[in-house]
Amino acid sequence: MYSYSEFDEAFVRERVAQFRAQVERRIEGSLTEDEFKPLRLMNGLYLQLHAYMLRVAIPYGTLNGRQMRQLAMIARRWDKGYGHFTTRQNIQFNWPELRDVPDMLDALADVGMHAIQTSGNTIRNVTADHFAGAAADEIADPRPLAELIRQWSTDHPEFQFLPRKFKIAVTGSPADRAVTAAHDIGLRIVERDGAQGVQVIVGGGLGRTPMIGKVLAEFVPEDDLLPYLEAVVAVYNLLGRRDNKYKARIKITVHENGIEEISRLVDEEFARRKPMFQGVDQALLSAIRAQFAPPVFAEPQTTALPADAAFRSFYDTNTGPHRAPGYRIVTISLKSHGATPGDATAEQMEVIADLAERYGHDEIRISHEQNVILPHVPLHHLAAIHEALKDAGLSTANIGLVSDIIACPGMDYCALATARSIPVAQEIATRFDELKLEHDIGPLKIKISGCINACGHHHVGHIGILGLDRAGVENYQITLGGDAGPDAVIGERTGPGFAYDEIVPAIERLLRAYLDLREDRDETFLDAYRRVGMAPFKAALYPASEEARADAA
Amino acid sequence: MPRAFTPKVVTANALLEGDVVYLTADDRWTRNHSEAELIEDEAHAQIRLLDAEARAGEIVGAYLADAIPGPNGPEPVHFREAFRTRGPSNYPHGKQEGV
Repeated sequence: MYSYSEFDEAFVRERVAQFRAQVERRIEGSLTEDEFKPLRLMNGLYLQLHAYMLRVAIPYGTLNGRQMRQLAMIARRWDKGYGHFTTRQNIQFNWPELRDVPDMLDALADVGMHAIQTSGNTIRNVTADHFAGAAADEIADPRPLAELIRQWSTDHPEFQFLPRKFKIAVTGSPADRAVTAAHDIGLRIVERDGAQGVQVIVGGGLGRTPMIGKVLAEFVPEDDLLPYLEAVVAVYNLLGRRDNKYKARIKITVHENGIEEISRLVDEEFARRKPMFQGVDQALLSAIRAQFAPPVFAEPQTTALPADAAFRSFYDTNTGPHRAPGYRIVTISLKSHGATPGDATAEQMEVIADLAERYGHDEIRISHEQNVILPHVPLHHLAAIHEALKDAGLSTANIGLVSDIIACPGMDYCALATARSIPVAQEIATRFDELKLEHDIGPLKIKISGCINACGHHHVGHIGILGLDRAGVENYQITLGGDAGPDAVIGERTGPGFAYDEIVPAIERLLRAYLDLREDRDETFLDAYRRVGMAPFKAALYPASEEARADAA
Repeated sequence: MPRAFTPKVVTANALLEGDVVYLTADDRWTRNHSEAELIEDEAHAQIRLLDAEARAGEIVGAYLADAIPGPNGPEPVHFREAFRTRGPSNYPHGKQEGV
């Protein structure tokens, strides 16, 4: 994986020193909050409902053991002993005190990490497939491109004050585990005539106006990528609306101007910019690529895997095919039933760091689904890993099932939220664990957002839940049929929302209806929804209104 | 007829810790909602908000939140403000810690 150059190190240290001085000036009174706020946001420091929150970038979700251990140390020393992994592959600390933040940033810099551009109207942390470099179905590891984009976009002088925030995701697999179609720019590595390039998708996004991105270029050769991206962002920077923050994202720019016009402007801009890139970016890319060389995989060993039910369930549910023979990708669930999705204690982070170092080529990934991945695990270490995870409360075998829920922090933490998300996720997970229906229901993605900004990706959940404030009471709308995969789909709203104490029973009715109507166990919830449509699910959700309709007829 | 004024408290977050705080009648910042000054006059509420905003070295983001009188002092009206008096619902952190 990428390790900091002297330039990176000096740059990050200088930013910490600047911020330390800014914090001091705020506390002694020579900076007002209006002056200080943009400065703290540029360094990832938010003020939430109950406390400050520091959002730390985990570039394309990749970490090593030493970095994970440092996150544990930070959680223990300056926070409340835990961290929250987010849907953008970042980590958030929910309880820092203002005076401590510069020390936290210095501690991050000690392990080559930072919180720069995790807020503000800039290009944010670049996200990628969490199985990158390990997946059996991958064309190429997307992380060298993601790292190139990180370096290009960090402190890019032209793009520090964009009309709105800007998110880029990269996948190297046609399976698209990075939700590229719901990003401002989604990049998919593709091959043409034996050469690698990227398909560029633009104008996707969730939030109050959810849109699936449109293909801007079917194939951009790798050596044109940065000038092409720069052209796209430059066009947006001039054309994007600054008069209304709700219409400022590039999805609206694309919608209002049309993809053809955007394409024409980007091509013009690209022609101007391309000559300015004289190969430095490609030299840099080769150097980066060398740092992402795959580990030397061990020869496969004949291994008898444990036969006990808990291990089998873990193996079947939480591990997946690896590119190398004798290896598996292990997903560690941060969704034990009743726990807060995405939270890990300092002790758990240390266990994960140990396991990665001891058994997994020292590599860790964070997924946008708020789980942790050991990407390279030899089969013969799986039993030991499972035992260690069990002891740490990390062995829940629920990846891709009903309790593997994405949930934003919601009104338990977030100042923007209109309702809580976390307890809804906790109660759904607890309920279906009690019912012992989880494995029977099978693959299902529930995603919960506590406001219209959709950090919980509810629009692309097979079942999406959106928490709103309806006349001073929490109210939850349900959408069905969303899909975050390569052919991404925005879910459809079922009808009126449900009160806080009605939402879990509503989800139960919905899933019992699915179990009744599916053709067989192989027909997933999403397949069934696509076959039968909304009507039977609506009838299950709103039995009273169905009865009223029958009475009227 | 003008709408009746809903009583208010002045609330903010403490500059250093980020904790939720409320302005008292004797110009202290308290972490306890029931000790807040319940302001029943709109003009007075605006003045108290200005007073709070002038204390930028102590707090961040002062605003007026609806409140009603209760047996032990002012009580929040909206669920968001009720959460702010306690802390998150997933851990016993924040103000509810140690209570």
